[in-house]
Amino acid sequence: MSRLIIRNGRVIDPSQNLDRVCDIAIEDGTIREIAESIANPGGSSEYDASGSVVCPGLIDIHVHLREPGFEHAETIESGSRSAAAGGFTGICCMPNTQPVNDNATVTNYIRAQARRHAAVNVYPIGAITKESAGEQLSAIASMKQAGAVAISDDGKPVMNARMVRRAMELAGSLNMPLIEHCEDLHLSAGGDMHEGVQSTRLGLRGIPRSSEDVMVARDLILAEVTGCRYHVAHISSENAVAMVRYAKSRGLRVTAEATPHHFVITDADMPPYDSNYKMKPPLRDRRDVDAVISGLIDGTIDAIATDHAPHPGAEKMQEFERCPFGIIGLETALPLALEKLYHSGRASLPDLVSMLTCKPASVLSLPGGTLQIGARADVTVFGLDHKWTYDLSRSPSKSRNSPFDKRHFRGGQLATIVGGEIVWQFDKL
Amino acid sequence: MTKGGLLDIESLERDEIDEILARSKDFQPPRGEPIKKYDYLRGKTIVNLFFEASTRTRTSFEIAAKRLGADVLSITAAGSSVSKGESLVDTLNTLGAMRPDAIVMRHSASGAPHFLSRYLPIPFVNAGDGTHEHPTQALLDARTILDRRGTLEGLRVAIIGDIAHSRVARSNVFLLSKYGVSIVLCGPASLMPREMKELAPGIELTSDMVQAIEGADVIMMLRVQLERQHETSFPANEYFQFFGLRPEHMEKAKPDVIVMHPGPINRGREISSEVADSQRSAILNQVENGVAVRMAVLERVLLQ
Repeated sequence: MSRLIIRNGRVIDPSQNLDRVCDIAIEDGTIREIAESIANPGGSSEYDASGSVVCPGLIDIHVHLREPGFEHAETIESGSRSAAAGGFTGICCMPNTQPVNDNATVTNYIRAQARRHAAVNVYPIGAITKESAGEQLSAIASMKQAGAVAISDDGKPVMNARMVRRAMELAGSLNMPLIEHCEDLHLSAGGDMHEGVQSTRLGLRGIPRSSEDVMVARDLILAEVTGCRYHVAHISSENAVAMVRYAKSRGLRVTAEATPHHFVITDADMPPYDSNYKMKPPLRDRRDVDAVISGLIDGTIDAIATDHAPHPGAEKMQEFERCPFGIIGLETALPLALEKLYHSGRASLPDLVSMLTCKPASVLSLPGGTLQIGARADVTVFGLDHKWTYDLSRSPSKSRNSPFDKRHFRGGQLATIVGGEIVWQFDKL
Repeated sequence: MTKGGLLDIESLERDEIDEILARSKDFQPPRGEPIKKYDYLRGKTIVNLFFEASTRTRTSFEIAAKRLGADVLSITAAGSSVSKGESLVDTLNTLGAMRPDAIVMRHSASGAPHFLSRYLPIPFVNAGDGTHEHPTQALLDARTILDRRGTLEGLRVAIIGDIAHSRVARSNVFLLSKYGVSIVLCGPASLMPREMKELAPGIELTSDMVQAIEGADVIMMLRVQLERQHETSFPANEYFQFFGLRPEHMEKAKPDVIVMHPGPINRGREISSEVADSQRSAILNQVENGVAVRMAVLERVLLQ
């Protein structure tokens, strides 16, 4: 019988409105007791969390693990270790692998690999259409049986509205959320960065806000028609946030996520033609960043998700227009959220924790996101004030595409506990 | 900012531009006299690396280098290792290992020289990068205006055509705005991002040719860049009717208006032959000044 006592931390668990300094006892991988002072009869290991926050393990519902097919960029093992190093105990992996996760065989493969190699819990997301080509529906029901938690053609938005409607009808009947990467590919065609003053100045083709907005509008209409649970991935534009807010006020089963980069930096922050600032949706401008932050604060946006998208150096070391889209983000998500939402005074700590724990868990009906007695002991410990610098060269990820290398942070993850085992600890070096 | 090369006009200080323009005057051959050659760059090697077709710019840089006594080597992308799948960085690293003193590069990707100069210690002179900038074009345009008007300040310059895809327009906007020129950009709305207005002070936008030309001291016509349009942004058969410069327009402009064009010109598409060949046309002066300005740029980049 393994036992771990986490001592004296500020335990914040928004799922049960808990915020007080106490001890947590973990036994055989589950939360056994939360109390002011838990005795150690001997035989229990202890973790001193004095001065730190202890919360349910963080959950990232938008990650690319690249396995199978692109193991040179990331694997389930390396990506999950990067997640652990970011304080995440659960991650959902997008289906744009090779082969695409569009049938139960691939779903089973990912789950088997995760059981063998993953440092954290891995929940696969299945494709909406075969090969995410937008033409035929994938094997949605059997993927659900195999453990897929949602469907999405992330990266390749479904342009055919009729196809989306049918997928929503099916997913709705399975109580499976449909996640859309909202981008009208005709409006964004050829674009490399947000369409605005910066793209005009740099002579780069633009990805207009409207390419996101028209897709969100279309999908919200279809979500209403079908009653399907609908989730907007990486929301980035002011109008899109407003439309989701409106849909929620109408009682639609609509949720949304935002990435840290979309609420921390703008298109103007990009050093000229630095491809570590190239992603979809693109970094937008101040107005959109403010709208995303407001959306997080008022609950329009449910969750913070990273869209961790590894690309090896060679792919990002090209002319800007040839570089692939995407940045890694698991290890910088919590400190960026602390910086922008908590230290800035915009969000309370319990609210911030909820955006990374119980709310994402609820968006996709995942286990976790709670420290209730009997729950699996997935726990994250983080500090609020220690100063540290992100060193990308030490990341467990196989890729190095981050704009946040060498960024100075105040506070961040200190330990990651999965099923009662400490899988990662902050290295003070 | 010319230290280590010339990547764009935007990051140049006005006094740096002044110095280049002043020095280029020294390199203009006096009328009727034979072309002078210098040995300021003797022993220096310049590689002209053109990943995009170009006759005038490449030749102009080559002649400029030779008139300064440099050894110059011109490479066009066709037949280079790029067509064998080598990455741009690897190609440039290979060239860099042969220790040229500067690389003059044209590339179809915006920011290609900026990207490369982060990895290579060699100075780059940007000879046109995608739809971003064409710094020496703006410098030679300024030289040409100065030759006829003596000053840039207080002038009204109309830039007309496919603004969206034009690196010439961007470089000129950045240069002219540093001198307080009032700039009118004119073109089909679908080829003229509204954000152009925010690039610098003193810019107005219009889709009305006559409005653009009224009171203009300089009219810069841009080439219709069919190769950069990824879709039909304006019906080709209507272009000349609405955005082609024709003799009747000339009456609206100032009597001594200067007509410019970066070339190559498409007669009957963006400019009529009558205007292109008229007294007011400075098109050939631009070409001539191209050599002088590039001599000044190369000298500056290589000798500092």
